[in-house]
Amino acid sequence: MSQHIVPMRVYFVIFFSLLILTAVTVWVAFFDLGAVNDAVALGIATTKAMLVILYFMHVRYSSKLTWIFAATGFLFLIILLAFTLSDVLTRDWIPVSAGWGGGAQ
Amino acid sequence: MSTAVFKPSKSQLADQSDGASNYLNAGFSAKSWLLTVDHKRIAILYLISITLFFFLGGLFAVLIRLELLTPQGDLMQAETYNKMFTMHGIVMIFFFLIPSIPAVLGNFLIPLMIGAKDLAFPRINLLSWYIYSVGGLFTFAAIVFGGVDTGWTFYTPYSSTYSNSNVILVAVGVFITGFSSILTGLNFIVTIHKMRAPGMTWFRLPLFVWAHYATSIIQVLGTPVVTAAIMLIGLERLFGFGIFDPKLGGDPLLFQHLFWFYSHPAVYIMILPGMGVISEVITCFAKKKVFGYSFIAFSSIAIAVLGFLVWGHHMFTSGQSVYTSLVFSILTFLVAVPSAIKVFNWTATLYKGAVSYDAPMLYALGFIGLFTIGGLTGIFLGTLAVDVHVHDTYFVVAHFHYIMVGGAIMAYMAGLHFWWPKITGRLYPEGWARFSALVIFIGFHLTFFPQFIVGYLGMPRRYHVYPEEFQILNVLSTAGATILGVGYLIPLIYFTWSLKSGPKASANPWGAKGLEWEKASSPPSQYNFEKTPVVTEEAYDYEPTIWLK
Repeated sequence: MSQHIVPMRVYFVIFFSLLILTAVTVWVAFFDLGAVNDAVALGIATTKAMLVILYFMHVRYSSKLTWIFAATGFLFLIILLAFTLSDVLTRDWIPVSAGWGGGAQ
Repeated sequence: MSTAVFKPSKSQLADQSDGASNYLNAGFSAKSWLLTVDHKRIAILYLISITLFFFLGGLFAVLIRLELLTPQGDLMQAETYNKMFTMHGIVMIFFFLIPSIPAVLGNFLIPLMIGAKDLAFPRINLLSWYIYSVGGLFTFAAIVFGGVDTGWTFYTPYSSTYSNSNVILVAVGVFITGFSSILTGLNFIVTIHKMRAPGMTWFRLPLFVWAHYATSIIQVLGTPVVTAAIMLIGLERLFGFGIFDPKLGGDPLLFQHLFWFYSHPAVYIMILPGMGVISEVITCFAKKKVFGYSFIAFSSIAIAVLGFLVWGHHMFTSGQSVYTSLVFSILTFLVAVPSAIKVFNWTATLYKGAVSYDAPMLYALGFIGLFTIGGLTGIFLGTLAVDVHVHDTYFVVAHFHYIMVGGAIMAYMAGLHFWWPKITGRLYPEGWARFSALVIFIGFHLTFFPQFIVGYLGMPRRYHVYPEEFQILNVLSTAGATILGVGYLIPLIYFTWSLKSGPKASANPWGAKGLEWEKASSPPSQYNFEKTPVVTEEAYDYEPTIWLK
């Protein structure tokens, strides 16, 4: 199996990028961005995870089969999030019954 | 035990000159076993470990059934009963059923079946067993220190806030064991992709290997989620994180989503390898090529994928959105399709086959019937309106025991009997084996069929007292459990006997197809094959006998 040799410089660049993104996560937490609070935090976290997967875990230099398996992991994460959110976001669409005595609220 | 109760044929017995070195006599010290990287020895380590856990879990089952013999709570208090069914579930699911077929039979057979010397990562394979053992020790410690009472499902907020039992200790045990499962799955995936012998194309793989490939996908993709969920319970319990507690902004149903995202596919971790076993056994004892090879192979993958899309059917009555429940209900019906394909194909394989009724075949036929009942009652439970009626009743208990015991354990027993001569190089007493298969089949039905009825009549699960009108059905169930227990003890006795006194088995006592039978000795040599085999034929290429006439 051929091994891709990654220059040390790349590792250092990624490492410092991760440190900077961590600092950005902390910094941005001091601002109330309203509805996009979660989106910003998750966006930074996802970027960091991508850097780790692509460079530290060598997926960028790996075979297509490895890409498929890595992508499958994300696909199943999306399935988990999508179905869970489909529950959370539609729970109130039908009012909850108050029981025998009360009827629908 | 007398050998007069069975008469092995000449082809089943080894030549007396067969005394060659094999993986069992490659070393006798404790170190040679505890530090082995041989997949076959690691399979034996797993076999011993999971057998201990099986009988420990069985002990809890006995105590549960004894308590339910009478309507009153006269054997134990409610709190103790809660701990009994919790420990029964945790031990049986996480420490027996999930590792059983993959870690024992899969570990032993996958390299042999694909023509490899070992798994891709032999040291990680040994590490998996050690991780499993450490997880098991934590759980065992929790039992010794008083047990846990949350149910095996660890539902919040009870587990995260209110329970006074050893939740953390068990959670740590299950958390650790999860990594063992992930590493085993990873090892299998890489091995199947990278280590197949020349000529062993994907569509020449035994269906056992396809089934384990599908299982491994679930293990690798699903297990991290339940591991994270259980860790979050620990963090919430210890540090008051507001993940699941509504008072802190959490959502108790979020835990159920995370838990069942893994734990429903986990049912397929238990049953898919069993389906692989059944494909091997049915073809061998029908002496006929499997009907619809590619359909069975792809239905394994379909079950693995669709199995991830149905978890919400465990939450129909928990407050989940009705719209989401509708979608989960429809998807649940879909997963029945690939399961049915397998059952129909096995049945079609039997048609005009030269069927013989040796012990592995009896277990396999038992599997088909019991799994079908378990699967069809799953359709009842996947139907929204019916589920509201029978949710959390004994109907559910009966349903999943038909899948897990009637399906997974019957398949495990079929596989253990089928490959026992290969694993140990010894034959077992066939008459006793057939007898035990029948005892288990009868005991199983008597235990669990009454539970369908009592559940439909309204008896809830997880209570140690019940109305008197349910006693007859509970007595029948307890009587069945006694028979079932005896049925499981008989193989323990004759397998142990055969290790020392069983007649030596030939390389292929069943006349089966497959590299493990045709190219490896019984027991196999340390590196499986004298030289790497070259595969030139399809799987299950049995000589046409009856079905063409």
